[in-house]
Amino acid sequence: MNPHPLCPLPAPDPLPAPPRRWTGLAGGRRVRPSEWLAERGIQVLSFTAVVMILLIFLFVGREAWPIFAGRVDSSLAREMQEVIPIEAFDQTSPERLRQYLGLTREQFEAMDRETLIELMKVRIEAREQVPADKDALLNTVHWRYLLGPHQWTGYDRPEYIWQPVSAIHKYNLVPLIVGSLKATLVALAFAVPLALAAALYVSQLASPQTREWLKPGIELLAGVPSVVLGFFALIVLATLLQRLFGYPSRLNALLAGVALGLAVIPVVFSVAEDALTSVPRSYTEAALALGSTRWQAAWQIVLPAALPGVFAAVVLGFGRAIGETMIVLMASGNASLLSWNPLDSVRTLTATIAAELAETVVGGHHYRMLFVIGVLLFVVTFVSNLAGELFIHRFKTRLEGRR
Amino acid sequence: MNPPAPTRLSPRGTLTAGHRDPFSTLGTGLTATATVLILAMLALILGHISWHGAGGLSPRFIFGSAARDMFDPDRAGVGPMAFGTAARVILMTLFVIPIGVATAIYLSEYARSASWWTRGLRSAVNNLAGVPSIVFGLFGLGFFVTAVGGSLDALFYPDNPKPVWGKPALLWASLTLAVMTLPVVIVATEEALRAIPTGLREASLALGATKFQTVVRVVLPQALPGILTGGILAVSRAAGEVAPILFTGAAYYMANLPRALSDQFMDLAYHVYVLSTQAPDVDKSRPILFGTVVVLLLLTFALNLVAILIRTRVRRRLRQLG
Repeated sequence: MNPHPLCPLPAPDPLPAPPRRWTGLAGGRRVRPSEWLAERGIQVLSFTAVVMILLIFLFVGREAWPIFAGRVDSSLAREMQEVIPIEAFDQTSPERLRQYLGLTREQFEAMDRETLIELMKVRIEAREQVPADKDALLNTVHWRYLLGPHQWTGYDRPEYIWQPVSAIHKYNLVPLIVGSLKATLVALAFAVPLALAAALYVSQLASPQTREWLKPGIELLAGVPSVVLGFFALIVLATLLQRLFGYPSRLNALLAGVALGLAVIPVVFSVAEDALTSVPRSYTEAALALGSTRWQAAWQIVLPAALPGVFAAVVLGFGRAIGETMIVLMASGNASLLSWNPLDSVRTLTATIAAELAETVVGGHHYRMLFVIGVLLFVVTFVSNLAGELFIHRFKTRLEGRR
Repeated sequence: MNPPAPTRLSPRGTLTAGHRDPFSTLGTGLTATATVLILAMLALILGHISWHGAGGLSPRFIFGSAARDMFDPDRAGVGPMAFGTAARVILMTLFVIPIGVATAIYLSEYARSASWWTRGLRSAVNNLAGVPSIVFGLFGLGFFVTAVGGSLDALFYPDNPKPVWGKPALLWASLTLAVMTLPVVIVATEEALRAIPTGLREASLALGATKFQTVVRVVLPQALPGILTGGILAVSRAAGEVAPILFTGAAYYMANLPRALSDQFMDLAYHVYVLSTQAPDVDKSRPILFGTVVVLLLLTFALNLVAILIRTRVRRRLRQLG
């Protein structure tokens, strides 16, 4: 190598490459092997939250998938085929018999004559129990029946009906969706004004000393288990509200909504209070210096600045209300009527899962339908959470931009 | 033109610009009323429940057996239910605390906040907190009971006609609750970790400690109250939840206490649901119902109160440092 023109000394030998060492998680520091192991352990454990979200989606989705893929058939068409009388057992070809009994080849070959005859008797009984009804041939888990109205036998016009009982299961999701929305809207109408007003008062108007105990006090409401709120609504509030308003149905959307509102208040309050508090104090101080009252500063300056955060609070409250189970299960009356009247009894998506899953056959179409509802709930709350997060993110960047 | 009235400085030093504007008086009054209304509703609920329920509390009721008659106020106890709730909640903490604390340490000490992976992780934690509890129940049934439990049975008990693990069990209920309360622990711990001044970490590093030593010996001991808060909040949240354990472990009635992790259990919160919706004579069993609610509330509320007190202290410190 030629010496550098300004430096007559020969270039030094290049340094030997450093031996490969254990590097830590951040900044490429060298660490001891034991620490390397511990830090990687922490990293791997921290993936749990992500893995769990994926697993929830996968495993709730897995049970629901056959319905989405159209591979489930709830029609009673097979049961309605002509039966083969037992006397005709010897005349029927084995292949025909196998298809008739719906068996795989292995199952068919493993069975003796007596078992097959028993199975034929079961088929004959099943045939007798199938109602003589045109609806028995319908695949009721098809999207057409899940979302659209259908004129069932005995009804004089097309209707939306959720009624997964007896021989023909009616799985229309519309009454449940309307029920969930109805209870949620009542809850939000009750909770949002109260919670936002309280958030504004606690964060902007109350003196620091009052604030110190007001905030934990309201947060204590979040500690009341939802089953206790449900119990209170069912046993105490139901009678009280009925006496007050004199409506016919004791358990209804209004009652469920009010109880649900009690669960939503702490959520909306916490998020909104957080957003209002994080508006820089200089805003308020500038307004006060210009001669505004505390209320004017809070209402005209702080609240508009915190609006995206307040909106996020409402969206998160919506997610909480639509996913709440025990309160609506206990206080809503659980009748799946399609009406927008808040004084009617309602059945929500969540309560339907809780009430019906125990009586379904694992892997059957009713079981899978309830998992479809689960996927629906998961997606709705996931989207409302993302939206809430987006609002908060925008709010934070907006504040930083103005500072 | 009159000069504007000088702004008074109250003795406490806060600016009080007197309520001269009628709209301001009205607005302040309305928001204050809303705040008081919320607190009053809370007080009414708690007052009503304790008024009707506290009378029935006795050692015989709290620790007594439910075996004779679950619905008879003179003979029923909630001992097995309290045991079941305690068991599932304690088991849950064993799973959720290590994972939650590790995630919080990773997020606050190691992760680069700008990277897409960290943002994804945060988003996952937030979303996990928003998943409805009944969906956790479905997940517990589909994943823990059917997939994991079913595979365990196929592996270890292929000849057993009855499922051993592939059915609702104490372990599966605890694991489901652990997944549900994971965000609670993560958020509380991370808040505590962020409240620790950076100077403390830098001092430790300057003295030659490695990053990991700093985290374990300097940061974690300081964050202990926060971790405690997270744990307590998770326990109190989990103790009152019914929906996730409906299909993963809770039993309507069991003659014996659970003896193995694969047993089902009776549960306080689930018992409140059973008593208020499925009792043969609601009026007759009303004293047990209120009593059970009081026991459940004492459990969750005592825990919550402690957590809130610790958290207020942590927040005050955070504010002083910031």
